[in-house]
Amino acid sequence: MKTHTDFVRRGGTSKSQRGTEESPFVKWLLIGVAMLFVVIFLLLPLVNVFAQAFAKGWQTYVKSLLDPDTMAAIRLTLLVAAISVPLNVIFGLASAWAIAKFDFRGKALLNTMIDLPFSVSPVVVGLMFIILFGMQGFLGEWLDSRNIKIIFAVPGIVIATVFITFPFVARELVPVMQATGTEQEQAALTLGAGGWKTFWHVTLPSVKWGLLYGIILCNARAMGEFGAVSVVSGHITGLTDTMPLRVEKLYQEYNATAAFAVASLLALLALLTLAIKTVLEWKQERAHERAQHASAEDMRALEPKV
Amino acid sequence: MAEKRFNALPGFGLTMGYTLFYLSAIVLIPIAGLFLRAFQISFSDFWHLATADRAMAAYRLTFGASFVAAMVNALFGTVLAWVLVRYQFPGKRFIDALVDFPFALPTAVAGLTLASLFAGNGWLGQFLVPLGIKGAFTPLGVIIALTFVGMPFVVRSLQPVLENLEREVEEAAATLGAGRLRTFVSIIGPTLLPTIITGFAQAFARAIGEYGSVIFIAGNKPYESEISPLLIVIRLEEYDVNGAVALAIVLLIISFVMLISINLLERWASRYQH
Repeated sequence: MKTHTDFVRRGGTSKSQRGTEESPFVKWLLIGVAMLFVVIFLLLPLVNVFAQAFAKGWQTYVKSLLDPDTMAAIRLTLLVAAISVPLNVIFGLASAWAIAKFDFRGKALLNTMIDLPFSVSPVVVGLMFIILFGMQGFLGEWLDSRNIKIIFAVPGIVIATVFITFPFVARELVPVMQATGTEQEQAALTLGAGGWKTFWHVTLPSVKWGLLYGIILCNARAMGEFGAVSVVSGHITGLTDTMPLRVEKLYQEYNATAAFAVASLLALLALLTLAIKTVLEWKQERAHERAQHASAEDMRALEPKV
Repeated sequence: MAEKRFNALPGFGLTMGYTLFYLSAIVLIPIAGLFLRAFQISFSDFWHLATADRAMAAYRLTFGASFVAAMVNALFGTVLAWVLVRYQFPGKRFIDALVDFPFALPTAVAGLTLASLFAGNGWLGQFLVPLGIKGAFTPLGVIIALTFVGMPFVVRSLQPVLENLEREVEEAAATLGAGRLRTFVSIIGPTLLPTIITGFAQAFARAIGEYGSVIFIAGNKPYESEISPLLIVIRLEEYDVNGAVALAIVLLIISFVMLISINLLERWASRYQH
């Protein structure tokens, strides 16, 4: 199973026991070191975004967000996510069905291939699409003669985003679908349900939390991607600037407050993503505990009564 | 577990076909296109472009800073994972959830806020800069940004391993008279090491390709604080596609080597768990 993942699930805690504890001094020293690390690298960067965004008051904050070019960037980011996330959801469902429900040769290789986009530098991703679709690229002249613009236009931004967020849904769904097995689907088919009906009424409900988990992570990355989008966007203000690109442009124009105002929206998105993710994990943990409890009950019911 | 699942479920042809089509269209063909473009450059030109002085300086910074950042994460990430699994303290659940923040936060926002924190008038910079620690617009800034983006890897790899450690082994060591430090060095440490190395490799791999967070904080001076992904962007802006492609191929091959190494490391690490 993959543990090379951007988001790994968290787990419970264990109780401390006698003879295997550190002295209180060592314990609090370690907690202190850990908290110092957390404060410098997590808490301060987070709080600083909002402090800087509101440094010149509410009115400036709202005004910088209502700027027409910033509004255009917000709209573009929403549009890009609205196209690229569903595309990767369809792929995620299809690939998870094939990988989790069937046995075939080369499954491990396919899994590695699906994870490939996570290991490529975003800048290199952008360059790949310039090579394919740019003016000097393989398809450049052909596209130009038909007046199709991909690079320095919205389609290029969407394609780069799809590449970057490619694995998120699939890698969440594969283990969940594997865990549910095939018995329920077999039963539904035996009872006369068709393939699509079985998928909608049996498979989809059983993986819905894993699917939602994949979707929110995919969405967060789609809205926040910078490097790949930066290479293919062309940075045309009001047309091809997404929110992260708008942050950079405002920062370069020495308009730090406005840059932080846009950044604060993205930070809110990150916090919201973390909150939903945490709730989903608690849900899964509880479902897992309930399942273990239930199977323990089953075992007891099977024991011969004396 | 290894039961064969020959089954009557429908849809294998359709879903497998679509998976391979989509994978090829989005991922494999663009990667192949980059390699194909690289083969149009003669070998001596390619070598010259990939090993020019400015490129070498950028590799040195990229790999050096990535290595230091991954080391910092291996050290502090291990302490943080240990504290989160073993101890109870107020705010623990909140901090545990916050560990994933660097993954959820767009890199541009991370770079922006870190640059402002470590700048001379920032919350941290106002204390650090008088001490001679300049975190913003220097190579040190690159390390700071890369530490931030790689932070969750070691913590999240270690947590499940720490939770599954058998306390009985530690109790046995204590019963036999080993002190806590001795138990840690000769019993717990060796069990955790493969996972720490895996987390280190993941953080390192992520850091090599990172762009967004670094360019806000690094200062981006050629030969001094310019990372390899930035040099690719600069070459593109100069319409030097060959130069960009040569650097990209070097980074891509290193990414693939890292991917394979991480897969092997994971297999090695999982041998120590049951």
